[in-house]
This record gives sequence, structure tokens and C-alpha cells, in this order.
Amino acid sequence: MTRIYSFHGGIHPPENKRQSLGAPIRQAPLPARLILPLQQHIGKAATPLVEVGDQVLKGQKIAEPTGHVSAAIHAPSSGIISYIGLQPVPHASGLESPCIVIETDGQEQWCELHPIENYRDLDKKELLKHIRDAGITGLGGAGFPTDIKLNLSKDHIVNTLIINAAECEPYITADDALMRERPNDILTGVEIIAHLLQPSKILIGIEDNKPNAIKALRDAIRERNLPIELVVVPTRYPSGGEKQLIQLLTSIEVPSGSIPADVGIVCQNVGTAAAIYRAVIHGEPLISRIVTLTGFALGHRQNYEALIGTPFSVLLEAADVDRSKMFRLVMGGPMMGISIEDDRIPLIKTTNCIIAATQEEMPPAPPAQPCIRCGMCEQVCPATLLPQQLYWFAKGREFEKARHHNLFDCIECGACAYVCPSNIPLVQHYRFAKSEIRNEEAEQLKAAQARERFEARQARLVREELEKEQRRKERAEAAAREQARKKAEADSVSSDTPDPEAELKKLKSAASIARTKLKKASEALKNAEEKGLDGTEKLKETVAQLEEKAAAAENAWQQATGAEQ
Amino acid sequence: MTIILTAILILLSLAVVFGVILGFAAVRFKVEGDPIVDQIDGLLPQTQCGQCGYPGCRPYAEAISNGDAINKCPPGGQSTIEALADLLDREVVPLDAEHGEEKPKMVAYIREDECIGCTKCIQACPVDAILGAAKQMHTVIVSECTGCDLCVEPCPVDCIDMIPVPVTPSNWKWPAPVSDPNLIWTDRGRGHLLQEGSE
Ligand code: SF4
Ligand code: SF4
Ligand code: SF4
Ligand code: SF4
Repeated sequence: MTRIYSFHGGIHPPENKRQSLGAPIRQAPLPARLILPLQQHIGKAATPLVEVGDQVLKGQKIAEPTGHVSAAIHAPSSGIISYIGLQPVPHASGLESPCIVIETDGQEQWCELHPIENYRDLDKKELLKHIRDAGITGLGGAGFPTDIKLNLSKDHIVNTLIINAAECEPYITADDALMRERPNDILTGVEIIAHLLQPSKILIGIEDNKPNAIKALRDAIRERNLPIELVVVPTRYPSGGEKQLIQLLTSIEVPSGSIPADVGIVCQNVGTAAAIYRAVIHGEPLISRIVTLTGFALGHRQNYEALIGTPFSVLLEAADVDRSKMFRLVMGGPMMGISIEDDRIPLIKTTNCIIAATQEEMPPAPPAQPCIRCGMCEQVCPATLLPQQLYWFAKGREFEKARHHNLFDCIECGACAYVCPSNIPLVQHYRFAKSEIRNEEAEQLKAAQARERFEARQARLVREELEKEQRRKERAEAAAREQARKKAEADSVSSDTPDPEAELKKLKSAASIARTKLKKASEALKNAEEKGLDGTEKLKETVAQLEEKAAAAENAWQQATGAEQ
Repeated sequence: MTIILTAILILLSLAVVFGVILGFAAVRFKVEGDPIVDQIDGLLPQTQCGQCGYPGCRPYAEAISNGDAINKCPPGGQSTIEALADLLDREVVPLDAEHGEEKPKMVAYIREDECIGCTKCIQACPVDAILGAAKQMHTVIVSECTGCDLCVEPCPVDCIDMIPVPVTPSNWKWPAPVSDPNLIWTDRGRGHLLQEGSE
């Protein structure tokens, strides 16, 4: 027998579960229109695979996962795609978001299914892919894609697999009903999960306020002789919180900012286990779920098995709603759910409960009073936070301080607001602070991106400028080279025709040489005549010749200079 | 006497050793860049709109570090002024109206059938958030647009509108709590009338 530990705080709100457990799970009617939001899970919205006008079969994949953290969506019934676009979705904002709308044909005609005969023989990767293709997300909480949770990298060794059957929130009985009526589906699902994760221990944590479910599960476990331990924990809200249940069953506190897998633990909800069973053994994708319809404005308060995409209004009609008595419509439980205005929104994979409450049941919240610093909120906080401090920080918009006080460890369980004698809507303050911080982060990310792009552009402009400069330089150089080449050509041509200057010099020197020669020759002649030497005749001749030459040279030079001037 | 001398010697050698270590550290662990400008730039919204009178946020950050006023950035608004005042230990002042007023976040939208593909907007966009080639229709990459307004002016056919950033479930923010009677969180009273067995 496993020892049961405890977690800090917690509360005991009235359970209000009995109302919806009087009758077995009932099939919800097939609606005329099914509305399937592309974002029903944590991660990226799915990408549609169909177009308006397409005929689809029940179970056919109509949208595929976008990227890693995302989930596929399947047609919950056969019909025609009538619209793809914005529709109101189950979201606290009440805003619209992209959806695929199917006009059902009432035939409920299945597409071809691919059950796995013996999953133990299959490669684990294939098995995970099969689960991913079935569009399974966590059915208990936020809707995290299941295949990712089951596909742990090698560095995570799973010691303990915890199946969350606590269902601690008031009013909700969907898991309880599932356990009572289909314990074997759940157990087979658990076996498949265990096959994938190979944990050394498998625990199912269940609150002691579900004796029938405990009996059903215990009998089934004994019958099949499975190595699964059913751990019954005392009823105390919020024992079904992931970290709280882990603490209850193992005494391990998952550190702030870590996920259970970091300490060797994986948690799965019972509903998810049953969905895995259906996907693997019957080949059916996730197209329906069990939802609790309760609240005193309804005639039939019970659990329904409804197709994903069924509008709330259809479900409310099926449960025989008395709209005159309905004062408030809540999606989820009274502690963690959200009030909604528009009942045209569809059931999605994570919708576990719809409460149509009368005014007596959920009267308007009394006005908030100033905090009296009673400290009651601290005593009940299961995350061991200081709710009062967080409240002051959120109210004073001191988000940085709130974050340092581990605001993001708050699971928004509402225990603090529940006990607050001043009726302060504490969780609203935390949600506000959280979304302000997230928004701030997103903006910073965007600013960083813009800075990068701006700098990249600046760099590009500089580069382009440089390139331009470079090109201009190159062009200039090329032009210079061209000119030089031309000039060189011109030079080689001009060397053929005589340079007038050089010519002139030549003529000048020729003339002066001729004159000097003449001078020397006439002097020699004069000498010879004076001394009476023979051969004067010959000398006379030479002088006459030289005289002629000098005159010619003199003449040529004179002419050249004349032409020059 | 020798004692005093040894003391002086020891102190001297210590001084030399530490001086070397400090000098080495100053070189080895030198802080790159201009951290104060980086810090200021980190607080500016990076809209790159130039309303502050500088060609982008970083130049303004440099100007602030050189003593310029901190209230010239309309997209950042009062919160940026407060953050800057906090960082620089200056006084919080209201936004200088001369540079514009704080407006809700916008995103550019090109009416594509009217776009003539002149590429003027591409040249104006400081963050390259517009796609398109010459003589072809242009489109704004919404996720990259900072809403700076700079592409509106140059468009010769006035086909660019600045529209408020649409609110979707993914960027929607929880409002600050008011006394809304429809809050289900103050759970007091809820279900108390229905104690177990009162059915
Ligand atoms: S319980 Fe309410 S009144 Fe008491 S300390 Fe907390 S916030 Fe203040
Ligand atoms: S809502 Fe948050 S702060 Fe309040 S009790 Fe729960 S975990 Fe603690
Ligand atoms: S006004 Fe603000 S956002 Fe615009 S460029 Fe100047 S610092 Fe950047
Ligand atoms: S698209 Fe227009 S408004 Fe948006 S960042 Fe570029 S220039 Fe500014």
C-alpha cells in the first residue's frame, strides 16, 4: 500500500457532484452543425485540410497539426464542410477564432479506420504517430498534445506514471462516470501509455468521494491482474492539480519552473487514457468526449457523451434547459471555469463540464472589500504562494515583483478567493497580471525582432551604398583605363610624322654645324694661301662646297622657324 | 628598522602584484559596446518611426545617453518614460506633445487591388515589413510591422491604411478586475445553498 502524503493548503467546497450522477452516460444528439475550432489545444492552431463544399466522413482528418506542438482535428460526423472562418469559440475573451463548420448529413458514415492489432509489436515511433494522428490532447486540463507528453527524450527516465482520476473540482463528474462505466477502456489505455513510457510504477490517484468508481477500477485491475496501484486520497480541493497530486502520491515537490517529467513523473488523465484506448484498439480518432451537464436550470443533470463541435445550445436543449431559470452559464467547474455569455460556442476537447446555474445556485459575487490581511489565503494556497502579496502587486501593477513572488506558479485554483472574507476576486487579479506580463514579454520579443530587422536593413543599406560606391569607382577606373589606352594609341601614330620641334632643333644644329665646318675650312684655306702651300686649289673647292651646304642648312632652318611662327 | 623595511617591501610587492592583476582584468574583461546605450535602446519600443526626431530608436538612445530629454518617444508613451526615468535616475516628465501623442498600436494594411507596385513603401519601411516587387501588388507582413506610419506618406495612390492591431484570443488580455457581478471567482456563496443532500 502506497503511503499518502499531503500538500499545503486546500479547501473543502460543497461537492455538488451528486446531481449529475443519478443517471448513466447518455448519448447527446447529433447536431445539424458541428463547429470545430482549429485551436482546441495548447500550441499552434491546426491547418485545415479541407475546403468549403468538401464531403467528409466521420473520423476523417480535416485539419493537421501545425508544427510540433499542435494537434490534428477530425470530422466528428459525416457531412459537408459549409464554412471555414471565424466563429465564437469557448474562450474567456468571448472572441471569435477560425473554425471549420460541418453541416451533418445524419448518416454517421465512418471513414476507413486503422485499428492496431497488437500495439506491443509496433515500433514505438509508429505508435506515437498513430496517437498523434488521432488528435489526442489532454482531456482533463489545458489540452496539451498527448503524443508530446508521451514522447520523452532519452534524458527523461520515467519512474512513475500517475493517472489522474482525482476530479477534485465541485460539480464535475465526467471522469467519475467514465470510470464507473468503462474501467476497462481506461486500464487498456493505461497499459498502452505504460508500454510507451516503461515506468517502474503506475499509480492511479482518486479521491475518496467516488466509491463506485473506486470499486469498478479495483475490480477491473484485480480481474486483469495488472501492476497498477489504485491510491485513494482524501477529498480536498485541488488534489487533482498535477503538482498537488504528485505531492500527494510521491511526496515529491515539482520545483518552480519545472515540469513533472524533470523529476521522472508523467501524469495523464483517465479520459485521455480512454481516448488512447479508442485510438489504438479501435482506430477511432478523438471525436467525442464525456461532458457533465449540470446546474439547477437543467432538467436532466447527467453526463453526456457528445461529439466535439456540438454547440452548447444543443447540449442545453438536450438536457432540458429552463432558460428562465438560467442565471449563469459556466464552462468548466465553479472554481476554475469561466462564465460565458454566448451559448452558440461549441464543445471542444477540453470541455469537461457545463453548468447552467440558477440565481440561488450561483448568486452574483458580493462586492469586494479591502483586504484585512487575515492571511487565510496563504493558509489554503496549494502552491505555497503568498496570495495576499500577489494581490497587492497585481493591483499596484508591480508585475516584476509579482513575478519574483512566483506568480506563474499559481494554478488559478481559486482556493484563495474562496476563503477570502473580503470577497476579493483574487484570481482575476492574477490572471490580469499574468496576461500583462505575457503581453509585455511578447512586445519585448517583437521589439527585439524589429530592432534586428531595423539593424539588418541599416546594414543592407550601408552595404548597398558601399557597393554603389565600389561600382562607381570601378566605372571611373575603367573609363580612365580606356582613356589611357586611347592616348597610347594616339602616341604610336604621331611618332611616324616628325615632331616639328625636334625637327627644328635638328635643322638648327645642322645649320650651326655647317657654319662651323665652313669657318674651319676657310681658316685652313687662309693659312695655306698665306704660307703658299700647294693644294690650295682643292681647299678652295671644299670651302665653296661647304659654303653652299651651310647656306642650304641656314636656309632650311630659317624656313622652318618661319613656318613655325 | 629591518622590520619596517620588510613591511614596506611586502606592501610594495603586494601593490605591484595587485596592480598587475587589476590591469590584466581591465583588459581581459573589458565590457564591449556602450552598455548604457544598449540599456536605453532596450527600453525604447523599436517602432523606428523617427517621431523623436532621430532616424530610429538607437540614435535616440545615444542622444538620451548624451543628455537629451527622455520624453520624445510617442509610441513608447508614459510607461517608457517611466522606465527610462527609473534607469537613468531622472525625473518622470509627461510626453512632449511636440513629437506626437501616444496612440493604440496600429498595423499597416495595403488595399492590394489599388496598389500600383511602385515600391515606394518598401523603401520607406524601416524594418523591411513590406513584401512585393516592382509593378506587383505589395503586402505587409503583419507580424513584423511596427506600425510606424512611415509607409503611408510616400504611397502615391494612398492605398495604405493604418488599422488598430486586431484582438484575437491569442493576444487578448484579461482585463483588470472591476466589480463585475459575473465573476465566478469570488466563490463565496456559490453552492453553499446546495449542501450535500439538500437536493
Ligand atoms: S484572505 Fe483576503 S482579506 Fe485575507 S489576507 Fe487574503 S486577500 Fe486579504
Ligand atoms: S489561485 Fe493561485 S494564489 Fe490562489 S490559492 Fe490557488 S494557487 Fe494559490
Ligand atoms: S519615437 Fe520612439 S519608436 Fe519612434 S524612432 Fe524614436 S525612439 Fe523609436
Ligand atoms: S509596414 Fe509601414 S507601418 Fe509597418 S513598419 Fe513598415 S513602414 Fe512602418
